[in-house]
Amino acid sequence: MRGAKSAKWVAGAAIIALAATACGGNDDDSAKSGGSAKGAVDPNGIFSIEVGEPQNPLQPANTMESNGSIVTDAIFSQLVDYDPTGKLEMVNAESVDTTDSKLWTVKLKAGWKFHDGTPVTAESYVKAWNWAANITNAQTNASWFSDIKGYADVHPDGDGAKPKADAMSGLKVVDDTTFTIELNSALPYFSYKLGYTVFSPLPESFYADPKAAGEKPVGNGAYKFVSWDHKKQIKVVRNDDYKGPDKAKNGGVIFKNYTTLETAYEDLKSGNVDVLRQLAPKDLPVYKADLGDRAVDQAYSAIQTLGVAFYSPTFKGVDPKVIQGLSMAIDRNTITKTVLQGTREPATGWVAKGVLGYQDNVAGDVTTYNPTKAKALIKEGGGVPGNKVFIQFNADGGHKEWVEAVCNSIKQATGVECVGDSKTDFQADLNARDAKEVKSFYRSGWVLDYPVNANFISDLFKTGAAGNQGGFSNPALDKEIKAADSAASLDESVKAYQQIEKELVNYMPTIPLWYYKVNAGYSEKVQNVQYAQDGDPILTGVEVKK
Amino acid sequence: MGRYVARRLLQMIPVFIGTTLLIFLMVYTLPGDPVRGLFGDKGADPATLAAMRHQLGLDQPILVQYWDYMKGILFHFDFGNQIASGRPVTDVLGDAFPVTLELAGIAFVIEIVLGVGLGMIAGLRAGKLTDNIVLIVTLLIISMPVFVIGFLIKSVFAFQLGWIEPNVSNNATLGELFTPGIVLGSLSLAYVARLTRTTMAENLRADYMRTAIAKGLPKRRIVGVHLMRNSLIPVVTFLGTDLGALMGGAVVTEGLFNVKGIGGTIFDSIVRREGTTLVGLVTILVLVYLVMSLIVDLLYAVLDPRIRYA
Repeated sequence: MRGAKSAKWVAGAAIIALAATACGGNDDDSAKSGGSAKGAVDPNGIFSIEVGEPQNPLQPANTMESNGSIVTDAIFSQLVDYDPTGKLEMVNAESVDTTDSKLWTVKLKAGWKFHDGTPVTAESYVKAWNWAANITNAQTNASWFSDIKGYADVHPDGDGAKPKADAMSGLKVVDDTTFTIELNSALPYFSYKLGYTVFSPLPESFYADPKAAGEKPVGNGAYKFVSWDHKKQIKVVRNDDYKGPDKAKNGGVIFKNYTTLETAYEDLKSGNVDVLRQLAPKDLPVYKADLGDRAVDQAYSAIQTLGVAFYSPTFKGVDPKVIQGLSMAIDRNTITKTVLQGTREPATGWVAKGVLGYQDNVAGDVTTYNPTKAKALIKEGGGVPGNKVFIQFNADGGHKEWVEAVCNSIKQATGVECVGDSKTDFQADLNARDAKEVKSFYRSGWVLDYPVNANFISDLFKTGAAGNQGGFSNPALDKEIKAADSAASLDESVKAYQQIEKELVNYMPTIPLWYYKVNAGYSEKVQNVQYAQDGDPILTGVEVKK
Repeated sequence: MGRYVARRLLQMIPVFIGTTLLIFLMVYTLPGDPVRGLFGDKGADPATLAAMRHQLGLDQPILVQYWDYMKGILFHFDFGNQIASGRPVTDVLGDAFPVTLELAGIAFVIEIVLGVGLGMIAGLRAGKLTDNIVLIVTLLIISMPVFVIGFLIKSVFAFQLGWIEPNVSNNATLGELFTPGIVLGSLSLAYVARLTRTTMAENLRADYMRTAIAKGLPKRRIVGVHLMRNSLIPVVTFLGTDLGALMGGAVVTEGLFNVKGIGGTIFDSIVRREGTTLVGLVTILVLVYLVMSLIVDLLYAVLDPRIRYA
């Protein structure tokens, strides 16, 4: 469930500026109550959900985009998971302990089996991780193992370099149900990372033919894989031997593939699909009236930002005051309400809601609309070179409207010329970012990988981090991040990161815009449909009515 | 005749190579890298990127990639694998083509039956009320974009009247494909009707028609053999190339009715820079065009014996 949502954003986060029609129906948040009329439940009922065709084979370490990760997460369970408040809970692990945040001891629950009947042992984890981290297997999520000692041996940096070892030295099997993980350096929130799909165990049968295993995955999760009819549907059924806490309350799930979100919504209304993850902009003004209390409008842990290209002619050696000023020139309240039709919530910081260490209003004034102060700050900071900024975005993602709105807001408030710099599609957009050709700002976003504030700071603003595409670099901040990472306990680390987030105002590595919301719905056939922090419905909790 | 066919078949080879090479180069020059695209906003780790590119042969020069690819197609009927999913492209094509072929087939039949039928009625009554009605209706259809027609049909028949399901299910049965078939075929239907009408109205005044009438031939024979045969040549030309267009141009209709065919696959492949999938798709579409135009040319001789092939 916690995957990079880039693909979903490209395809789905299309928000078009329709006239802001008033939404009828009731507006209360029905997601919490899961619908009002509770009917008799069929424990073996199968429901369907709209999901696009996964891009990749269903290998846990290779699945990054949301269409695949929702399926792999149904089939695979990891050591831990999180509850809706962001607290860690044990799933396949009996305990994950550490005394120094560097050496972690994992004890597995006994009696767990893969769907093919083989037992889940410590070896199933260690071997799977070593395989996934190995450069020769070229798994997209391999870098998740980089905290573990010996990663550099199996995953050398250079182009075409061969691995020096088959296994990471930091992973040691103690007995059938115990193994230890030694990290390169202390990382208090490492146990939180373990809930990510990439840390799934793999059965022995996987290694015989990894490619075939990706077509027909055998996991240890709440659902068993049944069939994958490419571009049409994937079917999974409940795993009756499942020992985890999140046993499915339904008989199974059919992941149905739709060509567009509009067609999926039409099918929801005519009862051919039960749960949606997202709505098309066209349906947003009417869905609450259409669905009543089956309409979902709920925040999740993702944020949209304006990435600052610090290498660009506009922002090279810029005084952060200029960026502060530009940030204050954006009227977030009005734009989220009108152009984005209430599908976003103005952001007041860099860490999204629902994450451990989230702080309300941490950026203070900087995210409040104030034209006078904005103008003053830009002047103080020496002005914008050429008095002109660009916002780069991908034209295929439905971003044009809000980019224009943001630009207008900046122009009106400060007189700085602002132009949208449209790239044909997401691929071209990424290309320009990687080639460091962004002219000033670029549209950026982040969905949580694990619910700790470090995920929104360290993975984005540390010098050289993969998610740091604007080239932000600040030695003082790097030092603080390092200190926060080596804090003695999780609490202290979270606190240290909270302190760092407070200081980000002085650097303005990005301009926070707004938090994402889930705008979706479900059919009359199901109830108790809830959405997790990553915006995906919690499949195991869905109840099918008789 | 045999020599003509052989020559035409030989001509297909350079066309085939040229089109595939063009597509290959076009996808290659698009900005954006299919492997990098897999990582999205999260950024990619360079070592993994390099390893993946190497495994896919994307680190080779473009012409070497093209050669390897064509070698696979020609000698092993191997269209390569999709970059992201690793699925063989032949599987992808095998999933998508039958559905689109069915859809295009339905549209094609509707187009012929209704289009030629309406055209005949209008042509025989040129200048009368029926003719004007047909002209107005076809003008309406031509001037409306496909998605408007689709949307109208859906909202009237599916949502207001509830006669049909709004979308095609995963089974894509013939009955379900009927509505999208009408939508897909509607534009060409209008063209076919107008084309038939015009040539028929024109040929009605031809000398051989007057002769046939003067000979006292029965009306059915005059219209069926003398008039139709001569009037169908431009229509057949249009229909022949249109089948290819129907298959390739189904993007909008397929998206509208949730049909998992070629249209969506082409769109996906472009967005994801899946060069191999795209070339595979286009290769087959090119073949469809080539074969159809050959059939059309051969049909001319059947319709008009004066046309001969050396």
